[in-house]
Amino acid sequence: MGFKFDKKKFNKVLDDLSQEYDIYGPVRKAGKGKFSDTDVIGYGKISDVEEIVLNEKSYFSPKEVIYPIRETLFYFTEDEVKVPNITEKKIIVFLRPCDINGVKRLDTMFLKNGNEEDFYYKRLREKVKFFMIECTEGFDTCFCVSMGSNKTEDYDVAFRFTEDEIIVDIKDEMFTKEFKSHGEEIDFKPEYIEENKVKVNIPDPEKVTNEVFENDVWKEYASRCIGCGRCNTSCITCSCFTMQDVYYDDNKNVGERRRVWASCQVDGFTDMAGGHSFRRNQGDRMRFKTMHKINDFYKRFGYHMCVGCGRCDDVCPEYISFSKCINKIDEIVKEGEKND
Amino acid sequence: MTKNAYLPSSVEILKVTKQTNIDYTFRIASDITPKSGQFLELSIPRVGEAPISISDFGEGYLDMTIRKVGKVTDEIFNLKAGDKLFVRGPYGNGFPVDSYKGKHLIISAGGTGLAPVKSIINYFYNHMDEIDGMDLLIGFKSPDDVLFKDEIEKWKEKINVILTVDKAEEDWTGNVGLITKYIDELDIKDKENTEVIVVGPPIMMKFSTIAFSKKDIRDEQIWVSFERKMSCGIGKCGHCKIDETYVCLEGPVFNYTKGKTLMD
Repeated sequence: MGFKFDKKKFNKVLDDLSQEYDIYGPVRKAGKGKFSDTDVIGYGKISDVEEIVLNEKSYFSPKEVIYPIRETLFYFTEDEVKVPNITEKKIIVFLRPCDINGVKRLDTMFLKNGNEEDFYYKRLREKVKFFMIECTEGFDTCFCVSMGSNKTEDYDVAFRFTEDEIIVDIKDEMFTKEFKSHGEEIDFKPEYIEENKVKVNIPDPEKVTNEVFENDVWKEYASRCIGCGRCNTSCITCSCFTMQDVYYDDNKNVGERRRVWASCQVDGFTDMAGGHSFRRNQGDRMRFKTMHKINDFYKRFGYHMCVGCGRCDDVCPEYISFSKCINKIDEIVKEGEKND
Repeated sequence: MTKNAYLPSSVEILKVTKQTNIDYTFRIASDITPKSGQFLELSIPRVGEAPISISDFGEGYLDMTIRKVGKVTDEIFNLKAGDKLFVRGPYGNGFPVDSYKGKHLIISAGGTGLAPVKSIINYFYNHMDEIDGMDLLIGFKSPDDVLFKDEIEKWKEKINVILTVDKAEEDWTGNVGLITKYIDELDIKDKENTEVIVVGPPIMMKFSTIAFSKKDIRDEQIWVSFERKMSCGIGKCGHCKIDETYVCLEGPVFNYTKGKTLMD
């Protein structure tokens, strides 16, 4: 069912929804950019449609809403543990189709990999409703079409934002009441981007052999990558974490166990007690990450992990391009086939 | 409601046995009945959590032989009988012990790698009629590093035990040399009916498996156990992933046909 609104009326919808929901969207965080006096676009709570930033890609993905950067698993005192409560409110996230597809990958990791569902992820994820931002133009580094993640039917409400109107398509009828009371009924279905400026060819996982692992291509990244991990923290699909215990200064018997985001590009990711570690070289780490995104995940679950949002390209201080890397690997695999 | 797999439970330490200056065996009270080769996530709140392999188990208890090498294990070494630890698990696949029955079993263990296979040795020591003999090759850095000294003596009654150290002072009367030297010298009679387990540091596993291959043992007959950083133990944290394999889920025990293809 479709409706249209002017901004003023739409804010009334947001206002109504905020009774029951915390509403997140891409917002401008003033002064939080990498350089002084620059802003960054990240996810934050919104109450007014004007706060949603639509003409720039968000530096960080919406994953932190359902998978916090740092999350307390439990508090401990002596020999008891206590799991913290979470917000009673439900959650709405404004996000693009690539990110909805990205959350599907997070769901797979946290809910389907292994025999156990992740308790903490699940309890937040169950609260989330997707408000999809129609995306027909994309941005310079996007390659979602190549990854097949430019489209999704998995939204609760879809939005087209024009200069002075907001047009919506409601899939989840739960929301009909809030929208109907302020909007004018029209026919609307969202459109999707059909072509990006950047295209990638993904090598056939069946043809990626150990020779690709040992190829000299990774040496370039060994000298370029500085291991900052920005590609991982900005990625919608990176889900690795590390357990971390802390105690409170005033009482060492009381503290908490947390999990914090981890990065396979950053030192320490594989370190074990006693000094053993793997992939000491940044090139090997680039290979590990790349293969996970376009090869390993596919072998486990039948579709690729990377959704082509291109954030890793946007944030890399060394201007390493992931889409270019994928294309290089594809060429190496094709070259290898020719020589066989 | 989903079960919260991250919540550990508090267990009591029953006994602490000193093996070497840096390896102690902690016996905890537990009703968990693990498979040989599985591991627990063991923790001390405020210090941290670490994956530790179960070295032995029995009615109401689990043993973990722990080396003092890190933040968590340093703290564990301050604990004594009656103190509490936190555990969750068991995790991992464990060894397919039943598939070794009726076969000749060769176990090649280096250093603390003896811990995850100790329960297999003890099982067959008590059920020798279930296998066609066992060769046990154990390598340590020096005589001071030898673990489970009393049990090794006991095993010698029924098992062909070859204990070697990399280096020793002159008063050591036993074997000296790398474990691979003794693999080369091993007389494997019925090669077809043999299963081999190799556990130890990465370099030892690499050269031991090569040594067994040279003796015409097929990859399918070799079993290895991998040690990796395992922060969650349940296939979520990503630290132990190699290619499309999660060591905590599909491992830590791998048939060598799989184990040899994994590239970190």
